[in-house]
Formats: sequence, structure tokens, C-alpha cells
Amino acid sequence: MSEQAASAQTGGQDMTMVGKTEKLNIVQAINRGLYACMEEDDNVLVMGEDVGVDGGVFRVTDGLVQAFGPDRVIDTPLAESGIVGTAIGMSVMGFRPVAEIQFMGFVYPAVNQLMGHAARYRNRTRGRFTCPLVVRMPYGGGIHPPEHHSESYESLFIHTPGIKVVIPSTPYDAKGLLISAVHDNDPVLYLEPKAIYRAFREEVPSGLYEVPIGKANVVREGTDITLISYGAMMRPLLQAQEILSKEGVSAEVIDLRTVSPLDAETVIASVTKTGRAVVVHEAPKTNGLGGEIAALISERALLHLLAPVERVAGFDVAFPFPLLEKNYLPNRDRIVKAARKALDF
Amino acid sequence: MPIKTIYQAETERLDILDKDGKADSSLMPDLSRERLVEAYKMMIRIRKMDEKILNLQRQGRMGTYGSIRGQEACQAGIKLAMDEGDWTIPSFREHGIQVLAGIPMHQVMAIWKGDERGHVYPENVRCLPVSVPVGSQLLHGVGVGMALRLKGDKAVAVAYAGDGATSEGDFHEAMNFAGVFKSRCLIFIQNNQWAISVPFKNQTAAGSIAQRAHGYGFPGLQVDGNDVLAVYAGAKKALDHIRSGKGPYLIEALTYRMENHTTADDHTRYRPKEEVEYWLDRDPVKRMKIFLTKKKLWTEKKEKDYLEQVKKEVEDEVKKLEAMPPAPASDIFDFMYETLPQNLKEQREALMSEVRQ
Repeated sequence: MSEQAASAQTGGQDMTMVGKTEKLNIVQAINRGLYACMEEDDNVLVMGEDVGVDGGVFRVTDGLVQAFGPDRVIDTPLAESGIVGTAIGMSVMGFRPVAEIQFMGFVYPAVNQLMGHAARYRNRTRGRFTCPLVVRMPYGGGIHPPEHHSESYESLFIHTPGIKVVIPSTPYDAKGLLISAVHDNDPVLYLEPKAIYRAFREEVPSGLYEVPIGKANVVREGTDITLISYGAMMRPLLQAQEILSKEGVSAEVIDLRTVSPLDAETVIASVTKTGRAVVVHEAPKTNGLGGEIAALISERALLHLLAPVERVAGFDVAFPFPLLEKNYLPNRDRIVKAARKALDF
Repeated sequence: MPIKTIYQAETERLDILDKDGKADSSLMPDLSRERLVEAYKMMIRIRKMDEKILNLQRQGRMGTYGSIRGQEACQAGIKLAMDEGDWTIPSFREHGIQVLAGIPMHQVMAIWKGDERGHVYPENVRCLPVSVPVGSQLLHGVGVGMALRLKGDKAVAVAYAGDGATSEGDFHEAMNFAGVFKSRCLIFIQNNQWAISVPFKNQTAAGSIAQRAHGYGFPGLQVDGNDVLAVYAGAKKALDHIRSGKGPYLIEALTYRMENHTTADDHTRYRPKEEVEYWLDRDPVKRMKIFLTKKKLWTEKKEKDYLEQVKKEVEDEVKKLEAMPPAPASDIFDFMYETLPQNLKEQREALMSEVRQ
């Protein structure tokens, strides 16, 4: 996909691009978002493994320790439960920690803290205590790393009441969603599509702006079929849309941006119009978000459907080591095939 | 090259009052007569509450309950040493401390009855909610202590757990973070020697929990957890250390769980009667009463009057508990998020239309 095409993903939304902008990739956009939040509010802290002097293994936190010092950009011991658990303690005390888990495949030791505590603190105490906490973690495949560096297990957390989960696919959304997550008074998981961290750049406003949590983005309007995804899979999805377009198919493209809570309204409005849907995610197929979206469509738009909802997802297998990972990941051709199947039904 | 010793350590244990109420005068903490009496009253107060909750449970007026019987000296001793502004980060067997920290009894009872509203503490109470996943709350305590240090707050966070929790990974991570970040946190372990049916010797090959602090670069101390004076003196030493900015501290209060793990448990399945009797003879309340009586600070008349006062408080609090109007069904939705998302609005409406029918 061309840089212009990628940049156009954010077209049509309410971009308050008054004043200065910078051309940034996703890594830089998150970095600017963190910087802006830390500048705005002294209670915002960054903590995690290698986030300080090293600037994070992907350089997302580059320069922050120099700007804000080691008390606010905290290099922690190598311990995921410790990072999230102490961040919960600090968040209850009025800080707004942005904790980093280096890769989503390493989040499991912290799951007890996330599911057992962060997600439940407000409810357990009927609002007496809250956890305004953000946990960032790069997710997904495509970078040829060792095992456990490619997982896409957002469904674990979509299935966890009390936690919001956002997944940007563009630099503009990456910065705006990060700022919304930091401003939010509930715990937010911020999943970063590391496969497209540096895939393209686009104009991003300087300073603070929010992309609302819980609001999907209709990236392309169309009438024949709705293509739905989020995060790194938006790239092959938009490539598929271009191919279909050349065949005369008018595909509507939705970038969910927030996977919990889901913007059902936008999805249903689109499918009511097009009558067909393909949901794409790299997470395993069974109990993935595609199943939930298919169920929502059958509950609310069944009589508008012209074909079964198609799912293009990761297989229900352990994420492969790099030499076989291309077999696992959904791609442009699989999406085009699924769309044609729905169109020809 | 000669082999060098790179580390050597000793771990101390503190006992002051023996089982028969005789104090080691050389170790007596500097406590006024009033404070000595207060220590005893605290223990009576939380014991009577505990007995009442057990009774309510047997009558079907309470949920599954975990008794604190036998651990009163731990909970009164630490409270006596804490400052007004210090934070309490409890596990699930710290309701004595919660009440002593200023949470009304009926709220503590409400939590055990199964009502989240028990956690809506009065504004001035510096205590976090009950944490059930064993050991996990220690990290919150260390985080609170890190926050206090960053804010320049003189207060200390006291994080609680039991002996079973020291086998959890979170105990290690909490101890490690505490040491690395010089968290203003006291990790206070009530070693009651039984994690449901598993005895302490099956939790660790280390002879004590206190000695494990050495591995994290800060001090640990074992105290007689059935001696309120030893718990107070040990805790005071630890809190002074932390308050002066020297970093965290670990205290192991060696005590005994006199009751079942919870009312759903039957301890006769796994521990000998003789062991329970041995510890009954080391009761924390009894020995303090003997000590105060010998010092002429306590009389049977005072005992009778105070018991009456506590009985009235407990009965009044039970009345308050049972007078609480039922929580609305919608409460299960209304505190999940600051603002209810659309899917929860729809599910809430579905429940409410069911409730209205």
C-alpha cells in the first residue's frame, strides 16, 4: 500500500488538525503521545523493562527519561506481575502509570494482576478506589522474532469485564488513543501493532488531542460488503479492498480501533447497508472477536444479510516460529477470497 | 586466590511476654500504662467481633467466614505501632486490623456477608480493599510505598499476607521491587502455620520467613506473634527504619490459626488436637490479661465493664449491618466503569426489566 493510501486511512474523521503537525510513524506517534501526557500531568509515570536509558526495545519511550527523570520513567526489574502490581498500587494513590509489557507473549505472569485486580478495583470498592492505569504492549506477528514474541491474545482481555482494550492502526490514532487511554479513569490495555510500527508515516497533530475510546472508524465507504479489522491487519485488509475495487466491488472498510467495548452500532449500520461482512484478525479463530461480531450481526441484522459472515483469522494453533509464520498470518489474498465467497453466495 | 565470604547474615527473633504473662523487663517497649491497656482492649474488641461473626455464620446470617482467632496480638500490635497516616493493604484475614484502622465493624461484616458496599470506607481511612488472590496484594502495598516515596509523604504502607502467600511468585516480586525501589513499605507476614491444610514446613525449606529478607537486601525480623508487646516493639523498629528513608522491612509474626481456615473448612481432618491445645495455652489475650493484672492495670471489674461496652458495640454494629437496605440489582453494572459502555447499558436494561417483573 502506498504511503498516501495508508495516510488516507484517517480521512473523513474529525481531525482537529489546527496548528502544527509532524510526519510520524506509529512508534514516534506513541512516543509523542507519552511525552504530551507527561508534560500535561506530573502524575503520569512510565514504567517497565528497558523503558528508561534504552528507550524501550522498540524505542517507544526514547528520550523520556532524559526529559522527565528516573522517578517518572522507571526502569523496573524483569517481572511482569511486579510491574503491573506495583503500578496498581501507584494508580490507587493518584498516579497515572503507563506500564509497558515488552511483548504480549510475556503478559501471562501479569494476568492475575490485570484480571484479578485492575479490572475489578472500582467495582470491588463500589467506586471508592480506582485504577487509572494504562498497560501498553506490542502484539502480533510479522517481525521474525524468537518464540513468544508474536502473540495476539486480545480475546483474553476482551473477555475481562472492567478493562478496555484499544488497538490503533495508524500514527494519528496511535497518538490520540494513547492520550485518551491516559486520560481515562479506568484501566486501558493499549495493544501496539508492532508489525507496522514503522510501516508508514502520516501527519499527526503536535500536542494533545484525543481519539475517543469505543468508537470505530469507517475508513472507506462502500455498498457491497463490509470489511472489518483492527491493528496490523488493517494493512492487508486495505490491500484487499484495493483489489476488490478494481473488480468493481464497493467495499466499506471499518477499523474498530477499540476492541472492548466494541462499537457495535457502526458495525451493524454498515452491515445493514451492505448485507455482507468479512472480519479479519490474526488472533486464533475460535472465540476470537470475529465470532462475537458474527453473533452481533446475526442478532441485529439477520434479515439484511445476503451471505454468512466470513472470518479470516489466525488458525487455532500455537503461533509458529518465524520460518512458518507466513502460513499462519491472514493476508491480502485470503481476505479477497473470503470477500468473493460472500459476494458469490 | 583465596575463597572469600561475600555475605553473612543473622536473623533475630523477639519475645517479650511469655505464655504465662511474664515480661522480659530488659526488652520492654516504651509504652505508657494507657497504651498497654489499649493493646489489650484492641485484642478483646476484635476477638469479640470475630466470635460474633462466627455465630452469625452458624445461624445463616453471614457468608463463608475466615476467623482471626489466635492472631489478635499480631493485628493489635501492628496497629499500636502505626501512625495515623499509614496505609493498610490487607489480605483476607486482617479484619481485626481493618476495624482498628477505623472501618466500622458493620462494613467489615458486610464484606464477609457478601456486600461490596462494605468497601466504601469512610474518607479518612487509609486502607485498601480485601484482596483474595493470595499474595497478590503485596505488590499493591509495595506500589503504595513507591508512591509515598515519590510524593515525599512520611507515611508508610503496611502490606499483609500469610505464610502460604510467601510461596507465591508475587511475594518474591514484591520483596524484590520493595528492595530495588526502597519502597516505604513494611511487609508484614502473619505466619499462622497453616495454609488451609498445608503446614508451614511444606511451604519452604527455609527455617523462617524472616530470614528470606536477606536475599532482597533489607532487614527481616521474627517476632512472637502471640505476644502483643513483641509485635509492637518489632513493628515500631521496622516502621522507624522505613520512616527514616532507609527502605523496606519484613516482619514475620509467628502465630497460630486457632479456627478453621474458613467456615467451609474442617481442620480436624489435617491437624492433631494436641497441637491446637499447645497453642491454646499460648493464647495472646490470656497472657496480656495476666500481665496487666499483675501490674495492677486491669481488674475483673474493668474486664466486665469493657466486655459489656464491646458487646454493645458489636450488637449495634450487627443491627446496622442487618438494617442495610438491599443493594439495587443494577449495582453489579454501575461500578464496572466510570461511564457505562453501550453493551453494558443494554445488559443492565435486560436485568432491570427482569427485576421489575
